[in-house]
Amino acid sequence: MKFGVIVFPGSNCDHDCYHVIRHVMGMPVEFVWHKETHLSGFDCLILPGGFSYGDYLRTGAIARFSPVMRAVEDFAEAGGPVLGICNGFQILLEAGLLPGAMLRNRSLSFICQDVYLCLENPHIPFTLLGHSSQVLRMPIAHGEGNYYADPQTLAELEANGQVVFRYCTAEGEKTDGANPNGSLHHIAGICNREGNVLGIMPHPERCCEGILGNEDGKLIFESILLTR
Amino acid sequence: MQEPPITPELVARHGLTEEEYDRILKALGREPTFTELGIFSASWNEHCSYKSSKPVLKLFPTSGEDILIEAGEENAGVVDIGDGLVVCFKVESHNHPSAVEPFQGAATGVGGILRDIFTMGARPIALLDSLRFGPLTEPRNRYLLHGVVSGISFYGNCMGVPTVGGEVYFDEAYQGNPLVNVLCVGIARRKEIVRARASGTGNPVYYVGSATGRDGLGGASFASRELTEESERDRPAVQVGDPFTEKLLLEACLELFKTGHVVAIQDMGAAGLTCSTAEMAARGGCGIEIDVEKVPRREPGMIPYEVLLSESQERMLLVIQRGREEAVETILRRWDLHAVAIGRVTDDGLVRVKDCGRVVAEIPARALVDEAPVYVREEREPPYLRETRNLDLRCLEEPQDYQGILIRLLSSPTLASKQWVFRQYDHMVRTNTVVLPGSDAGVVRIKGTDKALALTIDGNGRYSYLDPYEGGKIAVAEAARNLVCSGARPLAITNCLNFGNPEKPEIFWQFRRCVEGMAEACRRFNTPVTGGNVSFYNEGPEGAVYPTPVVGMVGLIEELGRMAPITAWFKNEGDLIILLGETQEALGGSEYLKEIHGRVAGLPPQLDLEREASLQQACLEAIRAGIIHSAHDCSEGGLAIALAECCICGPGHGRGAHIDLFAPEIRTDALLFGESPSRIVLSLEAQHLPQLKGIAEGRGIPLSLLGQVGGDHFSLEMSASGLYIHLPISELKGIWSGAIERCLRI
Repeated sequence: MKFGVIVFPGSNCDHDCYHVIRHVMGMPVEFVWHKETHLSGFDCLILPGGFSYGDYLRTGAIARFSPVMRAVEDFAEAGGPVLGICNGFQILLEAGLLPGAMLRNRSLSFICQDVYLCLENPHIPFTLLGHSSQVLRMPIAHGEGNYYADPQTLAELEANGQVVFRYCTAEGEKTDGANPNGSLHHIAGICNREGNVLGIMPHPERCCEGILGNEDGKLIFESILLTR
Repeated sequence: MQEPPITPELVARHGLTEEEYDRILKALGREPTFTELGIFSASWNEHCSYKSSKPVLKLFPTSGEDILIEAGEENAGVVDIGDGLVVCFKVESHNHPSAVEPFQGAATGVGGILRDIFTMGARPIALLDSLRFGPLTEPRNRYLLHGVVSGISFYGNCMGVPTVGGEVYFDEAYQGNPLVNVLCVGIARRKEIVRARASGTGNPVYYVGSATGRDGLGGASFASRELTEESERDRPAVQVGDPFTEKLLLEACLELFKTGHVVAIQDMGAAGLTCSTAEMAARGGCGIEIDVEKVPRREPGMIPYEVLLSESQERMLLVIQRGREEAVETILRRWDLHAVAIGRVTDDGLVRVKDCGRVVAEIPARALVDEAPVYVREEREPPYLRETRNLDLRCLEEPQDYQGILIRLLSSPTLASKQWVFRQYDHMVRTNTVVLPGSDAGVVRIKGTDKALALTIDGNGRYSYLDPYEGGKIAVAEAARNLVCSGARPLAITNCLNFGNPEKPEIFWQFRRCVEGMAEACRRFNTPVTGGNVSFYNEGPEGAVYPTPVVGMVGLIEELGRMAPITAWFKNEGDLIILLGETQEALGGSEYLKEIHGRVAGLPPQLDLEREASLQQACLEAIRAGIIHSAHDCSEGGLAIALAECCICGPGHGRGAHIDLFAPEIRTDALLFGESPSRIVLSLEAQHLPQLKGIAEGRGIPLSLLGQVGGDHFSLEMSASGLYIHLPISELKGIWSGAIERCLRI
């Protein structure tokens, strides 16, 4: 199963995603420059975290116009799995591949820390190995992860099981204190209706090795491998 | 703008003395042009030329078996760590800019030091910061803390370089003149180190990166003056950072270096295009000619003087091999970067600047760099020391409520958790951070090897104020101790020396004594100095800051896979708590004396370098034997604070401990809060105690059993004096971890 990691100017978790897929999962992977217009031979695409174009405008607002995004849309439309992590998630929102938008964290500052996530939908290609209500620990590192959508969109997301991860306590309770950024419905990750496009604010690629003290992120990468 | 004629007033406004102007006349053999005067002023100011500090810095040991490039030869020193890999690291100050514009001041400080490292061909893998502010009770200081932390966060996070550690102090001495020192560590393949010396007559000189504006005009000269009430007016001298362009520069440069087409590269940092051109030429023993009209500009109407002295950020000067222009430009274009050939290398040793065919400056490169004036400053022991030295402990009443004092100290911003700060920095990006901020040192693994680097940045201005020599020694010793507590062997240091106005004899005395102390400690620990930065003129309207030597130290962990990284916090119920080292009655300069008694007095704890070295060897030996579960340096706040930190500084809810202290010969406050150096708190399983005893005895280091990890309380007893502290861990953790946030909510 071959992975493509899209590199936008300002991406900075591209190497981390590459490392996990190549050296932890042992799978083939290539960097894809954002000016590419054709994507062939890939079985899964990852839009990594970082600060595309410096995030000087709204996060992801410029990257969505990168030439590669047309090809990403085609790939997703054809059912290919696309994973957007952090800035990658923000780009997917701006590109309209996922609904909603990101606001600044309610603290108005950047937050880097471990959070707990409740797995809400273990039936999409990225979460097959998990079980409903499973609690995972993952780091977040963002200034704009405060998910927002209008009430109708939120209702649709909930009705269709598109909310994949919610912030929670270590015990799985969805309290306000466990919500690090003020996201509506405690949303940490959502997928499209078909389930093949996932956007997630926490960084699974940062917790896939024992030496880093946490391997909870492997669940996502190992699940994708099952779908080949 | 018309170029003004050269008058004595104009010379003085450029910060040049009469003697220095005579030197310029001699170097040129004629009167300088306006542009040349600006170039000399920028190159010969304290910040760029080190004219006051150079003779003293020679005291530092700079060579060692692992040192590949020594301090001063290039932008940063280079240390060999085996496996064909090298480490380069350096610390820089951005104190003055941060005092007037904290966000951009701190942000561009991060940007500048990152460029110093990646222009060597190294990928930056970690940042650490050492910050000092006035007390948080003052609104201005809260504003500065907010601004500096968000500035660092803005720049470092965007660059994708993790900030893995640092320190933050609060003291009246930094009121009006905060200190912002940033350390960057990079890794390169030994073969791929890039130099900053121009060579090859006819090779083109390229300008790469952001366009040049009027921002930061005269920034280096600004940093070579004291801060005054009017310094606010210098805000235009602060540059504005663009981390996105820098990220492109970083990736493009590292890609370019792999092609072998780059002969030399230099960041346009302090004093901009002027300094970088002169330094590259002087290092290479050649000349450089540039056409100033080719320099990309941000605004119209700039005269050569302004273009040459601008400190606009994110700009590089490259010398590339003739004939490789197309290949180089292709790579830079791919990264959407401006790349313009603005000149060429010559063989006449001159820095020549042309503007539309007219020569506006022609100066021997050596005159700017190597022949800059050097001063042997007058020095005198400051009179305040006669007073501060006399601390009679008998006049100091011992407190009754030790539990209350422990709480007060743990909630003082200097001792409290810095979680509020670190949380705003991405400390995990690059997935190498094995020990996150909050332990004694940050630990970063090196992918593809079994090695890791332990990194720390340390200093204590109050000690150096009370005794600069001991303060310098202690700064180095404590940095080494932090690395050893993380299981690493210290390799080398970089330093940032923050002092007042060197033209004042008392300040210069502090500077020299401090460097002497540091140099002695560096020799004993075999940790040479690979470079660094001197920041003088740190004086606000109310006087000079404490003499503050800040030490950045890098240590090597050889076999990361064999043992879990050692951290400061207690791990397991039932583990024994051990103190390695000896507690003396050392209250001078302590945090306790300052916070509780409001006094900055006494002599700082006296450090015996031989004993310190033995202690560190014993600790490292025990860690390598695999018997240690936690190791924590005992420093600011003393033993009681160190023990409390071991209980609460880890992730999760923390661990309780039962501690029984026995030392009838020492005052209780000195036992709990005195800061005798050369002490480490360890925890380990009871069965390994005999082995640890053997190791300690072998090194002649005293060892005492303090208690046991367990329960959900911090219990500290002294049967002899009837003292009893008993606090729930959850309460203690809440007090300590929320203290800074509470101060900011005022």
